[in-house]
Amino acid sequence: MHSFGYRLNGLLTFSLTILTIMCAIASLSDNLNTPSPSAEIQIININRFQKQPQGNDEVSLTMNISADLQSLFTWNTKQLFIFVAAEYETPKNSLNQVSLWDAIIIAKEHAKFWIHTSNKYRFVDQGNNLRGKEFNLTLHWHVMPKTGKMFADKIVLTGYSFPEEYR
Amino acid sequence: MDWQGQKLVEQIMQIMLLVFAVIAFVAGYVLGSFRMMMIVYAGGVALTALITVPNWPLFNRHPLNWLDPSEAEKHPKPQVAVSSKKERHQKVNVVLAAE
Repeated sequence: MHSFGYRLNGLLTFSLTILTIMCAIASLSDNLNTPSPSAEIQIININRFQKQPQGNDEVSLTMNISADLQSLFTWNTKQLFIFVAAEYETPKNSLNQVSLWDAIIIAKEHAKFWIHTSNKYRFVDQGNNLRGKEFNLTLHWHVMPKTGKMFADKIVLTGYSFPEEYR
Repeated sequence: MDWQGQKLVEQIMQIMLLVFAVIAFVAGYVLGSFRMMMIVYAGGVALTALITVPNWPLFNRHPLNWLDPSEAEKHPKPQVAVSSKKERHQKVNVVLAAE
């Protein structure tokens, strides 16, 4: 520690090492959080339910999505990425997941919301299996931290089904 | 900075940084603000740098006294002795010439 530059270098290195440890502890502190999220999705209307020229079914629907995800936010949360996916089974695929809508929530205040929307992304099946099919709508979320580990989880809402005939 | 000063400064630096890290983390956690933690810590690092990095006179209170140049000349380094071989061969022919 015998010159200005030597001391400055030592100080900067040590301070950054300590900063790394602080960020690791901050990430670990996220595990202390016990979230209690809730969500509800209502299908208001199935606008289109047609078979495309290529032979695949396509659906357009309007939903009411309401959720309270405020308990997922911690001091180490940068944003919340959420998306709604329709899940169902077909003879060809044991699980189909089609993403219908997503959003990024950057503040805790915005995490309790209600939105009336049609599907943001096209809902196209691999085949024509959707008539009368039962499906689940799941709300997935990814809690993206400022430093450290990302947590992901979901809520599964069951009981939805397609009409028997095309419209 | 002298040796005592350097040791003191190193201890001060390590302790101050650790203390500020703890204070910053607790402040951030309690206030629920990551930004607060970073601000407090950055302030702590700057303060520590101000105290420990520049060559303050208070860290130079036990300076080493190097010998003055004039003092060194009064006590010259001892010379190594050099032996001569030429003196031994001069005395041989003197006795024969007197008869």
